[in-house]
Amino acid sequence: MIVIWLSVHQSLILTIIKTTKGSAKIKMTSTALFRKDLASEIRTRYAINSLVMFIIVTISVILFSIGNEKISDYLSGGLFWVVVFFTAMSGLSRAFVSEEERGTSLLLQLIASPSTVFSGKLIFNLILVFSMNVVIANLYTALFEAFVIKNLLLFSAAFLFGSIGIAISSTVIAAIIAKAGSKGTLYPVLSFPILLPLILILIELTKMSMDGTTFEEGMIEVAVLICYDVIMISASYLLFDFIWKD
Amino acid sequence: MIWQILLFFIIAFVSVAGIAFPIVENPIHWYEFPLIPGLEENAKIIFFHVPTSWLTVIAFFMSTIFSIKYLRKKDLVDDAKAHTAAQLGMIFCILATVTGAVWAKFAWGSFWSWDPRQTSIFALLLIYGALFALRSAVEQEEKRATLASVYSIIAFVTVPFFIFIMPRIMKGLHPGSADDTHSGPVVDFKMNSNMLLIFYLSLFGFTILYYWMWKVGYKSLIYKDKLDKQIK
Repeated sequence: MIVIWLSVHQSLILTIIKTTKGSAKIKMTSTALFRKDLASEIRTRYAINSLVMFIIVTISVILFSIGNEKISDYLSGGLFWVVVFFTAMSGLSRAFVSEEERGTSLLLQLIASPSTVFSGKLIFNLILVFSMNVVIANLYTALFEAFVIKNLLLFSAAFLFGSIGIAISSTVIAAIIAKAGSKGTLYPVLSFPILLPLILILIELTKMSMDGTTFEEGMIEVAVLICYDVIMISASYLLFDFIWKD
Repeated sequence: MIWQILLFFIIAFVSVAGIAFPIVENPIHWYEFPLIPGLEENAKIIFFHVPTSWLTVIAFFMSTIFSIKYLRKKDLVDDAKAHTAAQLGMIFCILATVTGAVWAKFAWGSFWSWDPRQTSIFALLLIYGALFALRSAVEQEEKRATLASVYSIIAFVTVPFFIFIMPRIMKGLHPGSADDTHSGPVVDFKMNSNMLLIFYLSLFGFTILYYWMWKVGYKSLIYKDKLDKQIK
């Protein structure tokens, strides 16, 4: 375990040893943190495997429960975001929980400023959420006949900003969860009230793009999504210092 | 002591007046309420529903203020204040939900219909629940206070969405909703002066009651902490 970890941080450790004599501050960039997360993810494939399996399980449960019934268009649009929400809840807490489990959070506190840590984790979660949502959307369109998007532009805007919002909120809640010590059950409980406005707007936008509403008419809802993202990211950056420092 | 007695009389008067005063079409005596079209006998629950929902929001707001204060100064007294405000907020939130559901049953036909205000009070209930779940999950005092403060601030910044966005997205039944054409906020219309007086008395009385409960609550929390430390 330690050997693997050391090999990931080899260059990092070397820089620490080199600079401990001098007064120069050791700084880790957020991209370096992201690369480290990516490397350890590619090595274990824990999050990717569990996310993919979770997507398949959730969609097949929905398919089984529908059976031969015809479901309405709006219902399939709502169920899409249900799948997205629960898949996000199953995998995204890894970002911080893994650091606490491996006991590496103290070292991260020493070598990186809180905002750097948050940026690195956020980039990782953003990519994870986005690829996860692309997979879900493709599977969903293939398997649900009722899920037909007429205005693709509006849906893609909702999809993009919705994914960003989910990634931001779930990253900051994941940080709280990791410090709280109870990993699994608390995560959806804490995330749901925070994500509720986002999900309601997303469901509304999905309905609109199914009806074929023009982009101009849905502009305000998209603006609200961007608002949510901006508010959440600024609040997260401001508050992350307090969560991260013990 | 004086104002506790005063509070007792205010609350007693509001309860008696709110429930017992008759609603007639042409009020002549000082104790008669006017008949408001669309509300009729249901109007009486205004005296209890509006103050409780008002206090739910006030408590949430106070909890956030003291959370910010805690994060600035790291004083556990502020955390006790925020926690007590959240506890009281939870109580008033349940009361507001129940009185609102009863009113909705008689005014709109069903206990729950996902009106925007109902959605937002539901979200508030969830936030309070999550806050207590988070608190019970952490053992260490400082850590618990910090995490709960951070969470309540993050939850607070989502509130504007419920106030300004939900009415736009959902069809509303409450007065003041986006598709509501015939009336503004309830207080503006057709309440005569004695009804308004009792309404504001009730608002005032419940707010003082909240403040008193909050003060007793956080002081008892602080004393409990001190006693715990002495025993250890």
